[in-house]
Amino acid sequence: MIAPLDDRQALQLRRLLEAGLPLAARPYARLAEQLGATEDAVLEQVRQWSDDGLFRRMGLVLKHRALGFRANAMLVLDVPDDRVDAVGQQLGQAPGVNLCYQRPRRLPQWRYNLFCMIHGRERADVVERIERLLAEHGLDGLPHQLLFSTRAFKQCGGRYAPPQPQEPQEPQQVIAHG
Amino acid sequence: MDELDRRLINRLQRGLPLVRRPWEALAQELDADPAVLRARIQALLDDGTLTRFGPMFDIERLGGAFTLAALSVPEPRFDAVAAVLEAMPEVAHNYRREHAWNMWFVLGCETPEGIAQAIARIEALTGLEVLNLPKETTYHVGLHFPV
Repeated sequence: MIAPLDDRQALQLRRLLEAGLPLAARPYARLAEQLGATEDAVLEQVRQWSDDGLFRRMGLVLKHRALGFRANAMLVLDVPDDRVDAVGQQLGQAPGVNLCYQRPRRLPQWRYNLFCMIHGRERADVVERIERLLAEHGLDGLPHQLLFSTRAFKQCGGRYAPPQPQEPQEPQQVIAHG
Repeated sequence: MDELDRRLINRLQRGLPLVRRPWEALAQELDADPAVLRARIQALLDDGTLTRFGPMFDIERLGGAFTLAALSVPEPRFDAVAAVLEAMPEVAHNYRREHAWNMWFVLGCETPEGIAQAIARIEALTGLEVLNLPKETTYHVGLHFPV
């Protein structure tokens, strides 16, 4: 039986992990030293958070533009409300679609309610993939637009402000649903 | 970036195994030395290819909130408005896009009220209307960049 972390230790662990997993042979032992806990307790807490869906993976944040993924398209579609779930699921499962969300219309300024992100190295290739995708699913008749990004002003992997100014200014990581 | 870096990045986009000695597990898969793999990650962080290595907590499950928002910025004011957003810690990222709504950004806050406050502040500071488009349904989240 492993003694679980107390609430204070769990919060401290989350703050430490938000700064990044230590690059050590036994990263959880390293974290445990800082918390005054055991390696097993730390690992158990991390697995619990993973099982609970608090994070998806112990992974990495890539500066995708630096890796040559410069053609970054947001495909927006105006899908009738009674079809949006079906179309969202279809497009969400399609290869190459990285993110797929329903968002509200804001009439009259904004009519589109389904958003997909598609990334690639060459714009022409991304355009062709999207045209093919829409045609394959019989969606090319729906009103849609492609918004390519031309400049990234801030790409910090989603840090957000602490709740109170007196809190320590520790950046926190979010999944950037851009 | 060489072949090992590429294999390492592609593999880690699926996540590091949650075990005591994760690098040994990964080294076996990739037929490499665990210390070398860690050094490669450190080098990729140092040169800016990676911005972070670790778990990405879902702040909505922790009570936080985020949204996608847009502004339609008159061309002569574009850089000045971008600088306003750059200075706000709630702005996670900001892209210029080819559209009348030409500035698209993600806001992340620890509370839903924080989002409303950030939007009000942007509108006050810029005099522009913010198009607020919080997600209503998630159909797919799977950012993956094969390198």
